[in-house]
Amino acid sequence: MLLFVVAAIIALAAAVMVITVRNPVASVLYLIISLLAQSVLYIQLSGLFVAAFLVLIYGGAILVLFLFVIMMLNIRYADFGPDMLKAVKPWGWIFGLVLLAEMVWVSMGVSTRMSAVDPAFGSVPAVAMLLYTKYVYPFELTSILLLAAIVGAVVMAKRGM
Amino acid sequence: MVPLDYYIILSAFLFAVGVVGVIVSRNLIVMFMGVEIMLNAANLALMAFSRHLKLMDGQVLVFLVMTLAAAEAAVGLAIIIAVFRGRESVNADHLNLMKW
Repeated sequence: MLLFVVAAIIALAAAVMVITVRNPVASVLYLIISLLAQSVLYIQLSGLFVAAFLVLIYGGAILVLFLFVIMMLNIRYADFGPDMLKAVKPWGWIFGLVLLAEMVWVSMGVSTRMSAVDPAFGSVPAVAMLLYTKYVYPFELTSILLLAAIVGAVVMAKRGM
Repeated sequence: MVPLDYYIILSAFLFAVGVVGVIVSRNLIVMFMGVEIMLNAANLALMAFSRHLKLMDGQVLVFLVMTLAAAEAAVGLAIIIAVFRGRESVNADHLNLMKW
């Protein structure tokens, strides 16, 4: 329980920092902190494989891609926009709070304690077995998705097309 | 053992943070990171329900969502690069070509 509280506070505080900090490089680093805290929660939910995948692929590959792009763009500091805490956009905050209240209200009713699960749950062989038998077609289709994304990204980022 | 609804409420908080980031922020990169926070909040809820129902299908779905996030990040960042090349800015308020 203590582990959950600490990881949840870190994940939430880092996520708030992502959207309030003014420098995009700092907000990418805060997002990595939030993801590391969430991977602790994944391990607590006995999803060891997915936790490792989150740190490796999300924190290690996707967010480093963000960092590369931010450094490549060479943005002037004035372009970062007004400070989030000073910017007066009340409707955004109000909509966010209403959405949060709705979601919390809906999820209040599902209070159940989790029962124990066997140690193989969420291990690499178990998830891989499911991935290559029941979900083999979606799994193979993701390769086509990634290929389309590669081609699309190259076409869009290429100069003069 | 932590009850299920703690995870779901944490996921709701993370999702709301992502929504506020997309709505309030003017920086395209930070808006994009708001979308990533929302995807991660949905992943956390999937993991919690997967553990609660003792079905690993949710974890497979999280795996597929992360692959989707990788594809989405590549295409989105390419769009941001193309926008920056044309407008010399990543401020969403400057992209008003289709504004009525």
